[in-house]
Amino acid sequence: MQRHLISAADLSRDDAVHVLDTAEEMARVADRPIKKLPTLRGRTIVNLFFEDSTRTRISFEAAEKRLSADVINFSAKGSSVSKGESLKDTAQTLEAMGVDAVVIRHGASGAPYRLATSGWIDAAVINAGDGTHQHPTQALLDAFTMRRRLVGRDTGLGRDLSGKRITIVGDVLHSRVARSNVDLLHTLGAEVTLVAPPTLVPVGVETWPCEVSYDLDSTLPKSDAVMMLRVQRERMNAAFFPTEREYSRRYGLDGDRMARMPEHAIVMHPGPMVRGMEITAAVADSDRCTVVEQVANGVSIRMAVLYLLLGGNEPAVAHARTTEEK
Amino acid sequence: MDKQDKQDKRDSQGSQHAQGPQHTQGSQDPRDARQEPRESDARPVLEGPDIARVLTRIAHEIVERAKGADDVVLLGIPTRGVFLGRRLAAKLEQITDRKIPVGSLDITMYRDDLRMHPPRALARTEIPGDGIDGKLVVLVDDVLFSGRTIRAALDALNDIGRPRAVQLAVLVDRGHRELPIRADYVGKNLPTSLRETVKVQLAEEDGRDTVLLGVKQTAPGAQH
Amino acid sequence: MSKILIRGARVLGGEPQDVLIDGEVVEAVGSGLSAEGAEVVEADGKVLLPGLVDLHTHLREPGREDSETVLTGTRAAASGGFTAVFAMANTFPVADTAGVVEQVWRLGREHGYCDVQPIGAVTVGLEGRKLAELGAMHESAAGVTVFSDDGKCVDDAVMMRRALEYVKAFGGVVAQHAQEPRLTEGAQMNEGVVSAELGLGGWPAVAEESIIARDVLLAEHVGSRVHICHLSTAGSVEIVRWAKSRGIDVTAEVTPHHLLLTDELVRSYDPVYKVNPPLRTERDVHALREALADGTIDIVATDHAPHPHEDKDCEWAAAAMGMVGLETALSVVQETMVETGLLDWAGVADRMSSTPARIGRAGGHGRPVSAGEPANLTLVDTAYRGSVDPAGFASRSRNTPYAGRELPGRVTHTWLRGKATLVDGKLT
Repeated sequence: MQRHLISAADLSRDDAVHVLDTAEEMARVADRPIKKLPTLRGRTIVNLFFEDSTRTRISFEAAEKRLSADVINFSAKGSSVSKGESLKDTAQTLEAMGVDAVVIRHGASGAPYRLATSGWIDAAVINAGDGTHQHPTQALLDAFTMRRRLVGRDTGLGRDLSGKRITIVGDVLHSRVARSNVDLLHTLGAEVTLVAPPTLVPVGVETWPCEVSYDLDSTLPKSDAVMMLRVQRERMNAAFFPTEREYSRRYGLDGDRMARMPEHAIVMHPGPMVRGMEITAAVADSDRCTVVEQVANGVSIRMAVLYLLLGGNEPAVAHARTTEEK
Repeated sequence: MDKQDKQDKRDSQGSQHAQGPQHTQGSQDPRDARQEPRESDARPVLEGPDIARVLTRIAHEIVERAKGADDVVLLGIPTRGVFLGRRLAAKLEQITDRKIPVGSLDITMYRDDLRMHPPRALARTEIPGDGIDGKLVVLVDDVLFSGRTIRAALDALNDIGRPRAVQLAVLVDRGHRELPIRADYVGKNLPTSLRETVKVQLAEEDGRDTVLLGVKQTAPGAQH
Repeated sequence: MSKILIRGARVLGGEPQDVLIDGEVVEAVGSGLSAEGAEVVEADGKVLLPGLVDLHTHLREPGREDSETVLTGTRAAASGGFTAVFAMANTFPVADTAGVVEQVWRLGREHGYCDVQPIGAVTVGLEGRKLAELGAMHESAAGVTVFSDDGKCVDDAVMMRRALEYVKAFGGVVAQHAQEPRLTEGAQMNEGVVSAELGLGGWPAVAEESIIARDVLLAEHVGSRVHICHLSTAGSVEIVRWAKSRGIDVTAEVTPHHLLLTDELVRSYDPVYKVNPPLRTERDVHALREALADGTIDIVATDHAPHPHEDKDCEWAAAAMGMVGLETALSVVQETMVETGLLDWAGVADRMSSTPARIGRAGGHGRPVSAGEPANLTLVDTAYRGSVDPAGFASRSRNTPYAGRELPGRVTHTWLRGKATLVDGKLT
């Protein structure tokens, strides 16, 4: 794995399986009386959130604290950022305080990539969601959830998702979750189908390693997992679809549609759900829906990522070695 | 998480004990210093039947010291300590005719040298169903060297429960302790120099039972 | 003013000849001209072209002097071999009155590196609501003939029709920045395979093509001429080709960067590649080169758009659009058009000097290299190859996409009406 985690597409199959296996061990910590490991003691991690996302921030924070890291939460709202300070200045200010890693959520696609590659800072960068680009830890936790449910908790160790058929439904155009999942699930050997109204599928999707369908009903019987994406109501104002009612009639998951899925198939959602829009309450609350599990798995996945990125050599050691090789 | 890392994992689990203290100073790539002894150079100091005999003796010692081993829980330290723990448990069950709880304790996340290497792959921690509170925990490992692994294991135990007492059983004690730690049960005391390596091979992992004593290979071009 | 003898120059890439400048004009072109009383410049087989003319430059003065001024911009122009540049109207204040255009025009005259011909705004404040005083700007000392809201599209069809009609009275031309605004709301890069992957707002080719199609039809209907700025897509080429075949009075420009770079570069999220119109695909690049070669696209124009460092040293979405281009334009054209065999040097002189001068009515520029013509000349070492070093730019800004890239050709000398503005690669 590289020093940063920017895109799910950067992970090889072996990398990804290694993260999932590590997360499986991390998950066991949650069952212990003391849910804490000393592994990142003395490391400082900043959660740099330019967009509100309490769920993702809390999940990272829980993972960081379980690994004993020192955590700084920085919300761009109400800070100097809203007064025009740039991403670069903010990041450099934080690094001057001795930060080892930056977990960044930003509304601009590519902001974490810029942070990692522009020489602004030396800290490791973990993408917690950028614009409509990527959200790699979400894809990892989704894959982790699928592997547990569809392959098995213990039997899944060391294995990928070969041959599993995953359907992702909803606003693909504006979804970093969809992009990350397509990349990662393909890497893990799954067959992905995107289902959305044509207005919510990006131009250029034809090169993605997946199928695209406009028809949910014909896809459901061939799905091992169906992932519903959040659809924002505001989209209908921009004519992406006519009305909420029409959207849920054509692309929402209700009890009747769920019954068309195979017995073993699961329903996933990255949250927050818009009940009554893309998913009915009955489906959201059913046993086949993994939303709550996904949240728990998110902490394990983020622990694994943090451990694999930060648990090893300090830069000082790496520098010493570089010097010696000269 | 690259190939090097997996190499490192194998090394760290298999022959971490071969690493002398001078190599924890970052003076050279630690991976080079922990190369396994070459078969041709290595000399067996314990063979298959010796290992079985030694484990039988340790089992009897445990029963004797623990007065029947009523509350014994064996926890092997991955990788080879786990296999030794299972073998010891089987022998204890033969002796006592009782089921002996046996598990594993991965100490990776508690190591004090994490930052000197790429992140290591985690091994499984498996605590037997009744837990360890109030029990006599016997940690099982293949080689006792600096004592740092056992220090990490004691820390890890601390986060899992509160045993009545903790004891340590090792197949080989090669000396050179860096911490005030000693073993309660020792299969073989093996005086070594820091230039030597000790490599334990077990049938479960390596296809045969043997303990090899070799001379450390210095990395090509490295100055010593 | 004394005489200058340029010895052994390949005029428009032809056989080596001597060119004698006397005062502001070319006195003679021939072999073995006498050097008596003249300063001699040994051209040594370098290519001599008429001074280049850029129909699309942003000089930023007044208002954004932190990124460029008329002085620094015209020095950059002279470095790049230009003797005349057309300064776009999107300054602060906007060049929508006779006062502002005269100021810019005078600054150019005073500095003396390169003639500055201001472009007037089509609408007041570039806001698209009210026609600016086009006639007053034309009658001013600046003598404006080209009008453009560049940076913004004149998207209102009625406004565009009126502007096209109105400028007929004095032979003006409207240069359209073709960008349908509703189709490009939130657009960050070319819409296609790369934008889908990067999650950046897509800028569809049709947003450019639909406006071009509308405007050539309007120009035909009202019998006016229209110029298309920075044409960037294969589809736009097809529309212009069709319009010309119908006899519509349309001309079109392409920028050097659209002849060389593609949207694949955006994968770096480095805003140095952020530009309007956006970098397109390989297929578009090839169509643009072909069109420039066959004359469908009439000229190369730089769209030199300086920005201060901080406007590019940030995340993509927050960055300004645009690239500097005056000092690399000829090299990029040599790389993409000459070395590929698509254009010879006479063709380059046509696309970068005589035709832009004709479209913009820039008197005295883009003339043949022959006796009696104004001595606006540029000498190019076409054998040179070197990597681009922005630190050496005369422009105040460094936002070039070519930093570190190896490009051919180097302008060594530029003469503006007989006065050297660039000698051995150094500004005078």
